[in-house]
Amino acid sequence: MSLDKATVAGIAHLARIKVDDDRLETMVGELNNILGWIEQLDEVDTDGVAPMTSVADMDAPQRQDIVNDGDCRDRVLANAPAAADGFFGVPKVIE
Amino acid sequence: MSTLTDLTLAQARDKLKSREISSRELTEAHIVAMEDARDLNAFITETPEHALTMADAADARIKDEQNGDKIGPIEGIPVAIKDLYCTEGVQTTAASHILEGFKPQYESTVTANMWKAGGVMLGKTNLDEFAMGSSNETSYFGNVISPWRRTDDNAGQIVPGGSSGGSASAVAARIAIAATGTDTGGSIRQPASFVGIVGMKPTYGRCSRWGIVAFASSLDQPGPMTRTVRDSAILLQAMAGHDPKDSTSVNQPLPDFEAALTGDIKGLKIGIPREYRMDGMASEIDDLWKQGVKWLEDAGATCVEISLPHTKYALPAYYIVAPAEASSNLARYDGVRYGLRVDGDSLEEMYEATRGEGFGDEVQRRVLIGTYVLSAGYYDAYYLKAQKVRTRIAEDFRNAFEQVDAILTPTAPSAAFAAGEKGDDPIAMYLNDIFTVPASMAGLPGISVPAGLSADGLPLGLQVLGNAFDEETVFRVGSVLEQAAAFDARPAKWWGDKS
Repeated sequence: MSLDKATVAGIAHLARIKVDDDRLETMVGELNNILGWIEQLDEVDTDGVAPMTSVADMDAPQRQDIVNDGDCRDRVLANAPAAADGFFGVPKVIE
Repeated sequence: MSTLTDLTLAQARDKLKSREISSRELTEAHIVAMEDARDLNAFITETPEHALTMADAADARIKDEQNGDKIGPIEGIPVAIKDLYCTEGVQTTAASHILEGFKPQYESTVTANMWKAGGVMLGKTNLDEFAMGSSNETSYFGNVISPWRRTDDNAGQIVPGGSSGGSASAVAARIAIAATGTDTGGSIRQPASFVGIVGMKPTYGRCSRWGIVAFASSLDQPGPMTRTVRDSAILLQAMAGHDPKDSTSVNQPLPDFEAALTGDIKGLKIGIPREYRMDGMASEIDDLWKQGVKWLEDAGATCVEISLPHTKYALPAYYIVAPAEASSNLARYDGVRYGLRVDGDSLEEMYEATRGEGFGDEVQRRVLIGTYVLSAGYYDAYYLKAQKVRTRIAEDFRNAFEQVDAILTPTAPSAAFAAGEKGDDPIAMYLNDIFTVPASMAGLPGISVPAGLSADGLPLGLQVLGNAFDEETVFRVGSVLEQAAAFDARPAKWWGDKS
């Protein structure tokens, strides 16, 4: 199956990436090429095969449920483009 | 001064320990080389003052005899760090506009381990944006240029491979004694092969990923880039180790990697996978591979043909798994907490404008592919299918390692190419990683060792793959190859001061 321009625009919106209209056209071709090439995976028999969820043969480690970090507000905000009064600044979200 | 930049890590370590040279003079020589080699664009951020402070501290520790046992394994050695590792107070960009100016408030575990071991940071090396690329042509900060040129075209720029292209060029051009890279699908091994150095991707879980900008978390693994296999073993020792902050970091004792370099591979069985003999592969690659088989057999190993039947599916499966994980990991770049913000009328417009301007074309392509294969209705057909294929690929290797101790393959299907040569076709670029991606999908360790030159005078590497957590065999076989190949070609200097 192949993606059309509207679908790619929808994916770009899902990914929150603004793609200009002229680049969208190029992107449609490139994505279809890549997805077409990926389709060869259909040749592989994967019936009854478990999907790999972890490449390392180990159990997930557990730790004590205790606070071991924090109290570093200024360091958290140090790189924020619009920090103010100890908060991250964002465009108005509530009317 | 020039001879100081020719020292290997092991040689420099010994001369520092015996106080024949100081870390300050060694570091100064490398700073001069770094400043002289700006034509290569190997660094995004140079940190010469930082380096000299660290060098003086190393010299003080070496001088203080009472501190004898506190001298670290890479004490006083100037190294370059891929600009994907967070370094406290030093700009870390991932070669992306979206992270330009970002100064981490913390240090990655691997670099912290290296500084504890006495390392000296020269600067942060250029890479493909977010480590997505195989030629270092996707960096927001410009292409990295290889120090190598073709014999018949000594003006044409050659790519250093990617994504760890800045680290590769820096080590090959003798700007840094060693460097760190990261390998997701071949990003250490392929550039090492392209510039004639040694690149090692350890087993997934051997080095902590904490504090390294994430690309594809189930594949990413830090590793050393050096000029010799011994240096690779020494640097990995300093980088690796268990880290509770990375839940995939393995809690196992570290072997002594340098001690594994016994030079003795008598009786080892080496697998030669028949599926790596691709149609249309350059004959010089095939010839070098056959030569590698002969070198190992001459050293007493037995080479046997093996089959890894799902090899050809590793790359397409990788191009589902890696972009899917990338789309999720890169969701954090939202213009709110760090890096670039491009204003918009609403929160959503601000996100879209920031990410539209902040991410380059290749990153956008991969985030879109990843978003699509994870989206409702397509998850099973793409992502789940790829994860199942990944299980198949890991099974292939598991079966192979029941018969053999290590596997020998070429590192890349060709020598390095010219900048722009593969620019228009993403898939042609992806095919560079055809021999490195399968082991990445299975989480296995691999090393690329320089083994010869192509007809046009560019380096070619051979790859040794090992079983999980058996870096020792990989190093041992790699060092035997290195000795047999006796690769001593080096790029003729065309950059900077010609004197």
